[in-house]
Amino acid sequence: MTTSILQLAATDKPVVSRSPLRWLHPAIVPKPLRGWVIPGLLFVLWWAAYRFGWTQSQLFVPIEKVWDTAVKLSSTGELWKALGASLARDLAGFVIGSLIGLLVGGALGLSRLMENLIGPTFHTLKQISLFAWIPLISLWFGLGDVAKVAFLALAAFFPVVLNSFEGIRSVPREYIEVARVFAYSRTQLLTRVVLPSALPSIFTGVYLALIYAWLATLGAEYLLTSGVGIGNLLTDGREHFWMDYVILGVVVVGIVGFLLNWIASRIEARLLSWRGRSTAQF
Amino acid sequence: MAHAGTLEIKDLNKQYTVKGEPLPVLENISLSIKPGEFVSIVGSSGCGKSTLLRLVIGLEEDYQGEILLDGKRIVGTSLDRGIVFQEHRLFPWLNVEQNVSVGLLNAGLSDAAKKKSVQEHIELVGLKGFETAYPYQLSGGMSQRVAIARALVNRPEVLLLDEPFGALDALTRAHLQQELQRIWEAEGITAILVTHDVEEAVYLGDRVVVMQPRPGRIKRIVDVPLARSRDRGSYAFSQIKDDVLSEFSDAPREELINPQETLGANWQFAW
Repeated sequence: MTTSILQLAATDKPVVSRSPLRWLHPAIVPKPLRGWVIPGLLFVLWWAAYRFGWTQSQLFVPIEKVWDTAVKLSSTGELWKALGASLARDLAGFVIGSLIGLLVGGALGLSRLMENLIGPTFHTLKQISLFAWIPLISLWFGLGDVAKVAFLALAAFFPVVLNSFEGIRSVPREYIEVARVFAYSRTQLLTRVVLPSALPSIFTGVYLALIYAWLATLGAEYLLTSGVGIGNLLTDGREHFWMDYVILGVVVVGIVGFLLNWIASRIEARLLSWRGRSTAQF
Repeated sequence: MAHAGTLEIKDLNKQYTVKGEPLPVLENISLSIKPGEFVSIVGSSGCGKSTLLRLVIGLEEDYQGEILLDGKRIVGTSLDRGIVFQEHRLFPWLNVEQNVSVGLLNAGLSDAAKKKSVQEHIELVGLKGFETAYPYQLSGGMSQRVAIARALVNRPEVLLLDEPFGALDALTRAHLQQELQRIWEAEGITAILVTHDVEEAVYLGDRVVVMQPRPGRIKRIVDVPLARSRDRGSYAFSQIKDDVLSEFSDAPREELINPQETLGANWQFAW
């Protein structure tokens, strides 16, 4: 009864009218809104499940309850305190890890000596799962903020090193020859050719670091449980069986991740406009 | 107008070492180029013509014999020699104006003089109005014009061209050949063009140097005593072209390519 792609290609007639998805016709759901259809349906389903009494399960809560909790926690300031604490950690770890990563990546990329000296150690360490560091970090730094920031810095460090190394190493030999033809000094070569040429790759590393650091923020708060943070909100919710807390936490984490991504892609598009397009479009 | 250089190449020999064995690339090259002369070098691939150019520009060293510019031995790269490569090699993060001024970074001019020279050379290659365009917005022919402007902006004594139009379509190539002739006349510069296109060599050169491969040697030098602008369709032009082509009448040697390590691939960060 539905029309296959093959028939569509053969007849070239509008087939939407017979399709079970015909209500998705652009006249009803404009194309840019298609991505909202599934979340929208889920919300309706969620709302209806409690509204019409399809379920009484305690493993989930009515949508209104999550909203009420959000309003309550944000008016008492609890939500903002948790979010602020998490973001501050995220930022501190991201900045520290990225800066050290840039230094190490730069050294590895610019000097064969450094590559031979540090490279093998680095490549071994990067094989270790990030979460395997947690026992060590908690023994060395405890369960407080220092431990969490150290963990986040580690999460941000690896992608920055790898990508800045890669970016510097893959500066085309052709560009370096141009610099030699025009008698560039070493510093000129570095700042005017190597750095701009490696910038897209370095940016990819920083971008990944931003995402990894945010993911690791949750991990750190969940596993090194002390203090406040969005991760602690989730932990509390789970322990007390407050499903509204848990769901609210998940939603907030998602929104923050989305915003971080969006900000980074804006900055990238600005900074690297000479490429004519942005590669990060999420 | 720039001072045009005299280039003297005497008994030049160059060899690479491949797997411990010496591989001769250039053998007994002697060539003397007058100030303001346009010399074309043609040859099949592997005849060392690009290596010869890289030696003159100073990107390759370790040779026997002598390469003299105005009587002085060439050591390394210098702003008195400009080059246009087969690929435009523009920096994608800079716009047209900035790419042209790349050549002036170490020229020791005042900012105003730099700006003036950049503008003049952008106009010289016919790209007025495109100053702020980025390389991704330019066609192949436009990019190569920018590369020519960048090579000339220092007012070098010698302009080297390494198959500069090899990657362009036939119509663009013919047009840029005309343009190059106009620019060369306007600048009064000494020029060496390396190409595998015999027509291009004859159209532009005062002399055409024919090279043969393995090892790279000069086979013959053909004079082109035709007035410019040359008519590619004329009888005299065809005769000279056929004469040069007859040097390539032997069937090209057919053998499997022996892959060699890319020369200089590990050089990259040896500084």
